[in-house]
Amino acid sequence: MQMQTEHAHEPPRGWMRWLLTTNHKEIGSLYLLFSLAMLFVGGIMALIIRAELFQPGLQLIQPEFFNQMTTMHGLIMVFGAVMPAFVGLANWMIPLQIGAPDMALPRLNNFSFWLLPIAFGLLLSTLWMEGGGPNFGWTFYAPLSTTYAPPSTSFFILSIHIAGISSILGAINIIATIFNMRTPGMRLMDMSLFVWTWLITAFLLVAVMPVLAGVVTMMLLDINFGTSFFNAAGGGDPVLFQHLFWFFGHPEVYIMILPAFGIVSLIVPTFARKRLFGYRSMVYATASIAILSFTVWAHHMFTVGLPLAAQLFFMYMTMLIAVPTGVKVFNWIATLFRGSISFEVPMLFALAFIVQFTIGGLSGVMLAIVPADYQYHDTYFVVAHFHYVLVPGALFAIIAGVYYWLPKWTGFYPSESLGKLHFWLSVIGVNLTFFPMHFSGLAGMPRRIPDYALQFADFNMVSSLGAFIFGLSQILLLIVIYRCVKGGKPAPAKPWEGAEGLEWTVPSPAPLHTFEQPPVFDPQRDSPSRA
Amino acid sequence: MSGSYYVPAASHWPIAAVVAIALMAVGAGNELAYGRGGMLLVFGLLGIMWVIFHWFADVVRESRAGLYDEQMDRSFRQGMGWFIFSEVMFFAAFFGTLFYVRAFALPWLDGEGAKGITALLWPDFTASWPLMSPPSSEVKGPTGTVDPWHLPLINTVLLISSSVTLTLAHHALKVDKRFTCLNWLGLTLVLGAVFLVVQGIEYVEAYQQLGLTLQAGIYGGTFFLLTGFHGIHVTLGAIILAVMWLRLMNGHFSGHQHFGFEAAAWYWHFVDVVWIGLFLFVYVF
Repeated sequence: MQMQTEHAHEPPRGWMRWLLTTNHKEIGSLYLLFSLAMLFVGGIMALIIRAELFQPGLQLIQPEFFNQMTTMHGLIMVFGAVMPAFVGLANWMIPLQIGAPDMALPRLNNFSFWLLPIAFGLLLSTLWMEGGGPNFGWTFYAPLSTTYAPPSTSFFILSIHIAGISSILGAINIIATIFNMRTPGMRLMDMSLFVWTWLITAFLLVAVMPVLAGVVTMMLLDINFGTSFFNAAGGGDPVLFQHLFWFFGHPEVYIMILPAFGIVSLIVPTFARKRLFGYRSMVYATASIAILSFTVWAHHMFTVGLPLAAQLFFMYMTMLIAVPTGVKVFNWIATLFRGSISFEVPMLFALAFIVQFTIGGLSGVMLAIVPADYQYHDTYFVVAHFHYVLVPGALFAIIAGVYYWLPKWTGFYPSESLGKLHFWLSVIGVNLTFFPMHFSGLAGMPRRIPDYALQFADFNMVSSLGAFIFGLSQILLLIVIYRCVKGGKPAPAKPWEGAEGLEWTVPSPAPLHTFEQPPVFDPQRDSPSRA
Repeated sequence: MSGSYYVPAASHWPIAAVVAIALMAVGAGNELAYGRGGMLLVFGLLGIMWVIFHWFADVVRESRAGLYDEQMDRSFRQGMGWFIFSEVMFFAAFFGTLFYVRAFALPWLDGEGAKGITALLWPDFTASWPLMSPPSSEVKGPTGTVDPWHLPLINTVLLISSSVTLTLAHHALKVDKRFTCLNWLGLTLVLGAVFLVVQGIEYVEAYQQLGLTLQAGIYGGTFFLLTGFHGIHVTLGAIILAVMWLRLMNGHFSGHQHFGFEAAAWYWHFVDVVWIGLFLFVYVF
């Protein structure tokens, strides 16, 4: 039988082209643009929060609206900005890095993407419904999200279902692509670390998104059909909600950081002009983190009244995660050691990732200690911790990846001077925002409140100033991307001197169809794990 | 399989599916939150069914036209395998709920263990499973439970036999005995349908005679959550098998190429295994 790649038909023109596309590059771009839009929607919500918290007292918004803003900010950033950005990068880069012509299941890919605008349209529309949008925090703990929830909660649940379906199908597609579409000769241990980290992330997604679907289904039944899953009066337990949520929620944390590790593991060797130190240990460390992530969920619940044995178990397992994470940080540093380092914008973001993610990691170890967590729990210290891993962590890695691959996507280098300005304003803004939160948290300022006691005023003012610097400087990112799409210094196929990988063997910009014939891959010469 | 890959052409069905899901979600949300929107929900559901029919029809057509190579076949297999794994995790959440409630939540409400303080909420509460009297008098517990050695045992026999008949059908298909395969597959479908009828009878009895409802505290909740989602999956599995039966009638599949059939069979066996878990932990123990 003769198998031919079907490219005979021209892609549909106009906007229909984007609705129907099954091309991994177009879908990748759609994911990235969607994520960029959500970054600004969620970012505006963050700025509303920070504007209210600029001074003690209620100045701008009502507490009810404040609660909706904190909830929506979290949901949109987690499910709408960070996750789709990584999926977009996966769509663009995984086929290019493994020498595949497209994703394994291209129509499913289109379906996965277009579910997202529906999910988030539904979620955002709740803000205009009677009773307002979700106001129970992004963790939507029962009974706040069941007994005391606004009527719009059913819409929220459905939007989570749809986003979850999108994630599961996207993850299945990525797994099938990686296992099945590698160019002949490329073994698993020859794959780039971005591909490796995404493979493991996809496994996490397939394993835990269904649990999230299950828990929101139980919420739906409790709210609308009179069941008692999270209601102690009927023999259920609100703490059960937390167990189920965090069984999803903790692996979710790693879903948002493992691909970031992958991106940094590509950028650091490129600009240090050295091979990645400890390729294999990076793979094993990633897998270890993923496996351990299933055994640590209750560290989010130390103060809920767990038995002592459970507290000890979850404390030690959580601390154990620091070991493979430490392996990664040491490997990046060892890669830098005696390298010929240059500081282009992607490298700046990647280096800032390493430093700042480590700060977030260290505060994570502090939070893992049960007696210490009794003090930190539900304070701004926790807010500082997870924003350090997510903003200067995951988001910086995404931005680093965008700067790194923009020449491949557009055929032009992004502006180096604007990029550097963007970087420095971002670094200053982000640290000004989140570093003082450690102190306000240690001093006892609780999360999720629109007003606070006077002694927290100074730290909050600094945080708010930093937030506006950081938020506004992201407009530079928009400008850089826009200008890079329009033109600039033309980029060759391999725009970064020290870069390795199949994605640099195709022209810049990458044509719509690449690797219609599988590329030649010689592990002796091309593998990142070669001797 | 070196050489070129097969990349499927663009299709209208994914975006049509998204539109149908959007209609369904807006309808369902309005129905649940404000008691209006039922029609939209129905339209959405019909739309989803319509899309699924056509999308799969396209795939079947392409497969029959010989457009798919071994690599595409592997992608389908892996896709289905991981999809079933995600379903396993969906049920794992519900089984986890059952075990957590029985092992921790109820004993703690009764004052056991490190969380003895929770007993202060309802001092008269006594933990038991099945939970006949929930802690608060506002929640009315069931008056009886389903006897596992009556209808559920029949259902267990039905489903396990259906897995056996399906395997026999598969063996017949592998050696191109189309007629034998049709018979065994037809029997599988009958067994599945009878299972659903028996489950329906059991639900009616539970509601009318045992007071075992969704509202009957945590026992009713876990009972209907687990058996209900299982029942939905049996229904879906039976529809898929029925489609396979029709395709077989139309001369689709050959002894060495019948992944559609195999995927349906995987799904059916998965549903069967879930039932064994249900029978043991929801009904018997």
